[in-house]
Amino acid sequence: MTRYGMTIDVDRCTGCGACMVACAVENNIPPAHEGATDRTGLTWIRVFKVGQAFVPMLCQQCGEETPCVSVCPQKAVEVDPATGIVGQMPERCLGCRYCMAACPYHARYFNWHDPAWPPGMEKTLNPDVAPRMRGVVEKCNFCHGRWHAAKQQAVAEGRDPAHVEYTPACVEACPTKAIRFGDLATLPKPPGSVRLLESLGTEPKIYYRSSKVDLRAGKEPSRG
Amino acid sequence: MDKRFISRGLDRCSTPRFLLWVAPWFALLAFGVYAAGLCLVKGLNQTNMDNRFAFGLWIFLDLTVIALGAGAFFTGFLLYILKLKELRAVINSAVVIGLVCYSGAVAVLMVDVGQPLRAWFTFWYPNVHSMLTEVTFCITCYLTVLAIEYLPILLKNRKLREVPGFLVFEFELHKLVYVFAGVGTFLSFFHQGSLGGLYGVLRGRPFAFREGFLVWPSTFFLFIISAAAVGPSFIVLTTWLVEKITKKSLVRPQVFHLLGRISGLLLSVYVLAKTVDTLIWINRTSPGRGFAASQYYEWKPFGTWILFAEIVVFGLVPALILLAPRFRARRAWLVSAAALACAGVALNRFVQTVQTLALPTLSFDKFLSYTPSWQEVGTFLAVVAYGVLVYSFSFRYLVLFPEERELKRETRVEEPEPVLAGRF
Repeated sequence: MTRYGMTIDVDRCTGCGACMVACAVENNIPPAHEGATDRTGLTWIRVFKVGQAFVPMLCQQCGEETPCVSVCPQKAVEVDPATGIVGQMPERCLGCRYCMAACPYHARYFNWHDPAWPPGMEKTLNPDVAPRMRGVVEKCNFCHGRWHAAKQQAVAEGRDPAHVEYTPACVEACPTKAIRFGDLATLPKPPGSVRLLESLGTEPKIYYRSSKVDLRAGKEPSRG
Repeated sequence: MDKRFISRGLDRCSTPRFLLWVAPWFALLAFGVYAAGLCLVKGLNQTNMDNRFAFGLWIFLDLTVIALGAGAFFTGFLLYILKLKELRAVINSAVVIGLVCYSGAVAVLMVDVGQPLRAWFTFWYPNVHSMLTEVTFCITCYLTVLAIEYLPILLKNRKLREVPGFLVFEFELHKLVYVFAGVGTFLSFFHQGSLGGLYGVLRGRPFAFREGFLVWPSTFFLFIISAAAVGPSFIVLTTWLVEKITKKSLVRPQVFHLLGRISGLLLSVYVLAKTVDTLIWINRTSPGRGFAASQYYEWKPFGTWILFAEIVVFGLVPALILLAPRFRARRAWLVSAAALACAGVALNRFVQTVQTLALPTLSFDKFLSYTPSWQEVGTFLAVVAYGVLVYSFSFRYLVLFPEERELKRETRVEEPEPVLAGRF
């Protein structure tokens, strides 16, 4: 069984935002609506400036007692047992936003507006990813479309589709190789890596390393 | 003009005066419906909620009105199950208040969700582990029970009684009132608790997260007790308000005393339970998850004063007033204590909804603020206007206080007859 995860070397991140753009293009995230703010926009991955460091934040793909899964009243959020990826089904989402209130990483986004692309730009949409409608929640799913494509490729080549390797768009776009992705069993974790809010016991699958900022510190004295 | 619809023996103001009273509420309702319509048509971008403040004024309103509306189920439970016959004097009013509160809450929820037409998904694909599923099921079922409980009150209208079929139906329905009271009590206990559980299960929000018993966090039980405690207080408050507005005596003082005593007793149990829960949370639950409880209160304006206000000012103080027969006997003290208790439950629901979301969780997070948009306030006001209107029409055309006629007769007997010289 594969457990996909990520390592993010904060020291390498320059805050260029290439990961955010690549993510938006890959996952058919529409351009920000006029008047959208950093609290109403859609950014499955967002780079925060923390002191002198840049910290890319995305869904941490919690593995244990996943906060958003248990609260959803209509099973629109599920953890895929084959990959450990927390999936969101916008087609089933009621838009109650209970999952957003439950997420400690604030990595879930609501479609406050109808998705709209400038004329002509709709031709660039990724045919492997369905655009989401107004009134539903969405979030990072480790580029599910790419995972499906990798599985199909594996089947076509006669390999085991349960253990495929693929690269999410943000990992591919990062010019400094700050983000790495793979099966957590084999993915090398830089020494001193930490997981955010580990003390909550949700077993996130993203590891951060930073010599610039202590991501466990701040206002959580007993954390870590 | 509408005298033939008003029950015999009841004095009601003239039709023009009544219309003058309801006109501003209708205007407010129209404004609110317009605001809600904007949210439904244009989307929730009309609100000031965002990805971080996913819940706002509406969820606070829902939690508060459902707690205040608890008087309906709890009075029914006390009257039909525990046989406190004195409460027959307020049961009809309590049912109308419950119906207004629950239907108003459901209406606002329909505006609050991003895809209202998918509401049925919760029944079709229920996640049995979600507290919101429990809330949805119980509120929907209980709203149906309340509508059924409202029917006999409605069918007692003077004009409707002229239809024999309605009379028979009302009589038959009345036989089942004990069943509905029991079902309503069960459903209400569960959804009041589930509303508390909504926050208590948020393991990603250490400010709200609570340990508990089996699958229920402590907030599950706290919400039940607090709702049961303020339900009678809200009936005291509304009955007093209706008496003041209509300048009529509607229930006997003993009923006020009994409601006050019940509210005081339950409020004191709540204050005790809340204190124990807070101590456990401060010393065990929150530190166990890596957060010192003191840090939640470093963010202004939510200092420790809010905890003090919740437990002492709006909890212990009204509880003591309501428990003291000397104070309870005085209407001003009784009503003030009831108002404090109701404000306390509103504050608690505010803390659960707004403070939980405002507080940062990540080490580089910021404290967040949120101000509702006029569309959110408008929708909120529509629920208030809707409640006042339903209650006003019910009070005018139905018998909400069965003792009203008797009290009117007694008042008339007590009034000295004018002596007319040379009459005989």
